Amino acid sequence: MKRLLNIVYVSQSDVYLALNGKNLVLLKEGEELGKIPILNLEGICTFGHQGASPALMATCMEQNISLTFFSSSGRFRGRLTGAINGNVTLRKKQYEVSMDELESAAIARHMIVGKIYNAEQNLKRTIRDHALRVNTERLTQVVERLKQARKLAFSITSLEELRGIEGNAASAYFSVFDECILQQKEDFYYKGRSRRPPLDRVNALLSLAYSLLASETAAALEGVGLDAYVGFLHRDRPGRTSLALDIMEELRPVIAERFVLKLINRKQIQASDFIVKENGAVLLKDDARRSFFKLWQEAKQEQVTHPYLKEKIQWGLVPHVQALLLARFLRGDLDAYPPFLIR
Amino acid sequence: MMAYNEEQFLMLSGLQHFVFCRRQWALIHIEQVWEDNVLTVEGNTLHEKADDPFVREKRGDTIYVRALPIHSYTLGINGICDMVEFTKTTKGITLANEDGQFAVKPIEYKRGAPKKHDADIAQLVAQVLCLEEMLQTTIDEAALYYHETRRREIVEITEEWRDKVTAMIKEMHQYYERKYTPRVKTGKHCKSCSLQHICLPELLNKESVLAYIDRMTRE
Repeated sequence: MKRLLNIVYVSQSDVYLALNGKNLVLLKEGEELGKIPILNLEGICTFGHQGASPALMATCMEQNISLTFFSSSGRFRGRLTGAINGNVTLRKKQYEVSMDELESAAIARHMIVGKIYNAEQNLKRTIRDHALRVNTERLTQVVERLKQARKLAFSITSLEELRGIEGNAASAYFSVFDECILQQKEDFYYKGRSRRPPLDRVNALLSLAYSLLASETAAALEGVGLDAYVGFLHRDRPGRTSLALDIMEELRPVIAERFVLKLINRKQIQASDFIVKENGAVLLKDDARRSFFKLWQEAKQEQVTHPYLKEKIQWGLVPHVQALLLARFLRGDLDAYPPFLIR
Repeated sequence: MMAYNEEQFLMLSGLQHFVFCRRQWALIHIEQVWEDNVLTVEGNTLHEKADDPFVREKRGDTIYVRALPIHSYTLGINGICDMVEFTKTTKGITLANEDGQFAVKPIEYKRGAPKKHDADIAQLVAQVLCLEEMLQTTIDEAALYYHETRRREIVEITEEWRDKVTAMIKEMHQYYERKYTPRVKTGKHCKSCSLQHICLPELLNKESVLAYIDRMTRE
């Protein structure tokens, strides 16, 4: 399997990224904060407004290092990609399938089956590990509803219906998401999704995790020669990496949501790590964001056995492997797209 | 006989990949994703060779021509010969601006030692077929020079080899036209393949995706 390289997260908003020889250099008010060899980098994520030098951008494009820009509050702004990977054949097939409702639905429904199944697993895990503390009856009911939704989704051939089932399953799942928070409950609670801006701490954490996952998934797709902007479930919208959002469906519960729950339940993040803006927006402080990135990177190093390949890989490679499997399915090696299903 | 046009030409050097593994060839030449990994490396070495004097070098009875571009319209391939020797003989071809008649012999330089599989020979035979078509002659033998052993291995260009290489190139064109990446038998050779992590050869023996989903989601 491909080697998992490092991603540099630049969390301070007033840092300028430059190139010096074969090093990434971080500059703050002209002062050099640090230097990192480009060689071992897979990507750079920068949060803020200072930007990067054209020389650095050129090097990133040449060496296929993804350079992603986020706003200082963590919103995805865009990603720099180099000359498009030469896989014309694969892309044409991708476009062909994306224009065919039935074929698109066949892929999308496996992603949704994966998403619902993985959400079920998250709830089951909470029931299993913390039976004495949580409302198992309520959770079990939702697990049952998700199971029904998943079975239904498995037979759906219309994208519209699939989206409907997905929407219902998501609201059932998130209606008990708060039950999975077992520590610091007075500070961390989930009462519904708020995005722009996130209005509570859990939403702020989820948003950041989804942003990172989306950019890493988009980079993984481009890396195997797919077009991250052309999806099957998500419709085309200029500037949106629809295919990354598609693949993310099944990865959200097991990568992003589990990570956020772990941060809270292990008290790796506290209420004091956030600030509340005048408009009610809840943001992570710089230091906390730095430790968020550090833990995210650490989580990516952990091993998991890929359920379909039955091969041990690092968690951080899961988006890459799913992108690879999708490409191999589109090129005719597999009978269908195998979603990432966790036990 | 049907002739290909230049647009349809495939890379002669791809024949080596094709002999090693048809799927590897398709991944590189049809899917193109991995061009960077393999072809640029080849391109670089070619470039080094192109720096060699692209002039005729004469020693005694022999003219040595390096980095000679070659092609065949009937096979639909093109490539470059490392070296072609033109040696004075009594019944050979004539060359522009040269007196006498010459026999033609391509020499392909290889980095390592002689290999167990026939990829190098297939490539050399394809070069012969190109040269025969371009120069309107017949070539009975060619040579492979291995750096490691510093030896020249003479290769006899048999009918059998000609047929085999012609058939292989035809097969290449068929895959290319369909943009088809064949599924092939996996084996020991997969271990030495640089594209293993992208090809996922073991995928071809995996359970079906539907069986997988069923296995994972069954209670």
